[in-house]
Amino acid sequence: MTAIMNPGRRAFLKATVAAGGGLLVAFYLPGCERREASTASSDVVFEANAWLRIAADDSVTIRVASSEMGQGVMTAIPMLIAEELDADWSKIQAEMAPAAQAYFNPLMGRQHTGGSTAVRGFWTPVRQAGAAAREMLRLAAAQTWGVPEEGCRTEAGAVLHPASGRRLSYGALADKAAGLPVPEAVFLKEPDEFRLVGKALPRVDTPSKVNGSAAFGQDANVPGMLVATVLRCPVFGGKVKQFNAAKAKAVAGVRRVLQIESGVAVVADNFWSAKRGRDALEVQWDEGPAAGLSSAVIRRQMQEAASRPGEVARQQGDMDEALTVAAKRLDAVYEVPYLAHACMEPMNCTAHVRAQGCDVWVGTQGQTLTQQTAMRLTGLPAEKVNVHTLFLGGGFGRRSEQDFVADALELSKAVGAPVKVMWTREDDIRHDYYRPATYNVLSAGMDERGSPTAWSHRIVGPSIFARFPARAGAAIDRTSVEGAANIPYAIPNLSVTYTKVDPGIPVGFWRSVGSSQNAFVTECFLDELAALAGKDPYELRGELLAGEPRHKGVLELAARKAGWSKALPEGRHRGIAVAAAFGSVVAQVAEISITDRRQVRVHRVVCAIDCGMIVNPDTIEAQMQSGIVYGLTAALKGQITIKDGRVEQGNFNDYPLLRMDEMPEIEVHIMPSTEPPGGVGEPGTPPIAPAVANAVFAATGKPVRRLPIRL
Amino acid sequence: MISLMINGKKQDIDVDPDTPLLWVLRDTLGLTGTKYGCGIAACGACTVHVNGQPIRSCVTPVSSIAGKRLTTIEGLSEDNSHPVQRAWIAEEVPQCGFCQSGQIMAAAALLAAKTTPSDTDIDSAMSGIICRCGTYQRIRRAIKRAAELMAREA
Repeated sequence: MTAIMNPGRRAFLKATVAAGGGLLVAFYLPGCERREASTASSDVVFEANAWLRIAADDSVTIRVASSEMGQGVMTAIPMLIAEELDADWSKIQAEMAPAAQAYFNPLMGRQHTGGSTAVRGFWTPVRQAGAAAREMLRLAAAQTWGVPEEGCRTEAGAVLHPASGRRLSYGALADKAAGLPVPEAVFLKEPDEFRLVGKALPRVDTPSKVNGSAAFGQDANVPGMLVATVLRCPVFGGKVKQFNAAKAKAVAGVRRVLQIESGVAVVADNFWSAKRGRDALEVQWDEGPAAGLSSAVIRRQMQEAASRPGEVARQQGDMDEALTVAAKRLDAVYEVPYLAHACMEPMNCTAHVRAQGCDVWVGTQGQTLTQQTAMRLTGLPAEKVNVHTLFLGGGFGRRSEQDFVADALELSKAVGAPVKVMWTREDDIRHDYYRPATYNVLSAGMDERGSPTAWSHRIVGPSIFARFPARAGAAIDRTSVEGAANIPYAIPNLSVTYTKVDPGIPVGFWRSVGSSQNAFVTECFLDELAALAGKDPYELRGELLAGEPRHKGVLELAARKAGWSKALPEGRHRGIAVAAAFGSVVAQVAEISITDRRQVRVHRVVCAIDCGMIVNPDTIEAQMQSGIVYGLTAALKGQITIKDGRVEQGNFNDYPLLRMDEMPEIEVHIMPSTEPPGGVGEPGTPPIAPAVANAVFAATGKPVRRLPIRL
Repeated sequence: MISLMINGKKQDIDVDPDTPLLWVLRDTLGLTGTKYGCGIAACGACTVHVNGQPIRSCVTPVSSIAGKRLTTIEGLSEDNSHPVQRAWIAEEVPQCGFCQSGQIMAAAALLAAKTTPSDTDIDSAMSGIICRCGTYQRIRRAIKRAAELMAREA
């Protein structure tokens, strides 16, 4: 066992008797290791909040601080706690935690689900909480029996005293344990002692997701609730000039028509009335300066910006000299479009604002941000704002945003009743925070043996962090260069720069963020170099990755399982790519053909991941499948285009997503590892676009330099 | 007043006859297992059965199903015992879960019509239902497993 004794890292635990009896354990992490926020102070008063609750009937209820949006966190976190608690897995129940400081993710500095940080951030603290409870239960049993604690051990939800053959279940010990002092330090299991972690345990949320009973934000239902839709200016940054509500108010069921920050809202008895009311609204807009914006204008802005020197994100060697003396040189421009998140559940939020307090029911990735939004709009203190997290019908970064939360809060406050604001699919596609479009200028040189000697990558694009005051000042938005500045290849002369542009289109965090575009750019350009050198793309990567064992490991595994060295049937082609993101490294081999109608058909994807220690292999497989499908839509279909300041797409007819008949067979292989866990929600996405694009390059001899892929 | 037979129960509804069935289910009757995803019959999250056939409730006026048998996800079984639900659990299909009511209703209708669907049958029956989480591979496996369950128990 590993003793967690370092005072700086020690968890301070507090046990209390839960309402209705039973043991309640909370832990505190003074300092909270706010790696991102600069405002952290050491004297923050932490609230007492429970991670686990043991009832007399032996049930163990675990509160999960991270939002369940499909990634399996509602199972993974309870597994970690149950492991150290030596709980009976069949007695475990999971519930979503309220918004409170005790639930801050140490990696995020707030209660937030994103960046594939849930298991990584809570890996140590929640296991400590489980271990502390286990020790208190063991002591409670020892005292009950009048035997030394050392002679007692824990197993499957009970304390055993082998010498006398006695046994007491946790439920029977919970009351007594709650009155015992909390251990100041606890021992955590070594990986070889794990009984639950590493197993493909079934997800706790599956049964409710096959019978319609799982409650998503859209399903919120509060007594007296009204339903609202909001008409927003179709042009980004536009404002309401004036509106005529007469026809909207004439629609049966419409109660109120009012202006809020985001547009003109129609509040009604139900969605259909609100929607029909909105269809009848007459609004004149002040479209503002963005009304002339188009995709072509934005592209020109980026091209112009590319001629200016950028901020240096990485610099080694002498680029000018290296390119001058290179035996061969390659120059290329790579471009990716804006993308919408297109969660299957359009944005929505339900709020009930009262003078004394406020409740918010929402599928959010950011409970702290939701609480802060409510505090700002209502003037209420944090402890009066209750955030009830419901299931998220997809998140992918979109549900980190607070625009839909603000709509519901403003409306509830104005009408004095609970209000559910429902975005239509068109609202969702046309008013997103998009994955940034970028323009990339690349140059490379190689020596006479075909070894790359110079790599220059100039990234031009909008900054996600520009709208966050704490980070807007930084010269380089790290999300814009992730996956590019940290390319793993040993190339002696290397330069990566970033030039910020702001065309006026809102941008945000989209599954795997910067790596979603930079992996495409860098991994495809590398294949172009391999072709120029006359080398196999897999072999060239191997040459350049001598010092990167994790990258090499997954590449070798994926290549071997895909049969990289074996010939393919006529008409089939392969591409390979590797990317490190969010603490994990993933390699993928895509096998494609080109149809008679000049469409790319992806038949098979072999995926290898090194995500450190395995928590739940079934979840890892599911998340790789998921990340690949998400990235395939981007590779083959996705693009948001702008005309007259408006998004041209609006629904799945013109913003298509991958469907069943286009689904490749995906094979997932997980590298064994004893390192602490890495992320799995996002790392599956970056390699798929370049793997497919490289296969197309292999098929056609023409490099793919723009997404979506068009032949 | 429109009379509907929903999940074996007669319901009288007082709504505008043009109201899409989806909103009657969700807002009037509180049957929220059927989801809104697009409103234009492009995603299939709102799939329910009318006389055993899968339809998109978001574009179906409620008046058009008067007198017909309607089944929603809530009516598929009392206890997750429908073979499709059991197969879905065994294959751990759902991720976020939002589209799964529609997926399951489409799969149940497919299996009612074809006891051993081919991959092509699955493609054509299921391609109308989008899953953004990418559970398609497991859906395909689960449909085949459900077909086996049904054959064994027939």
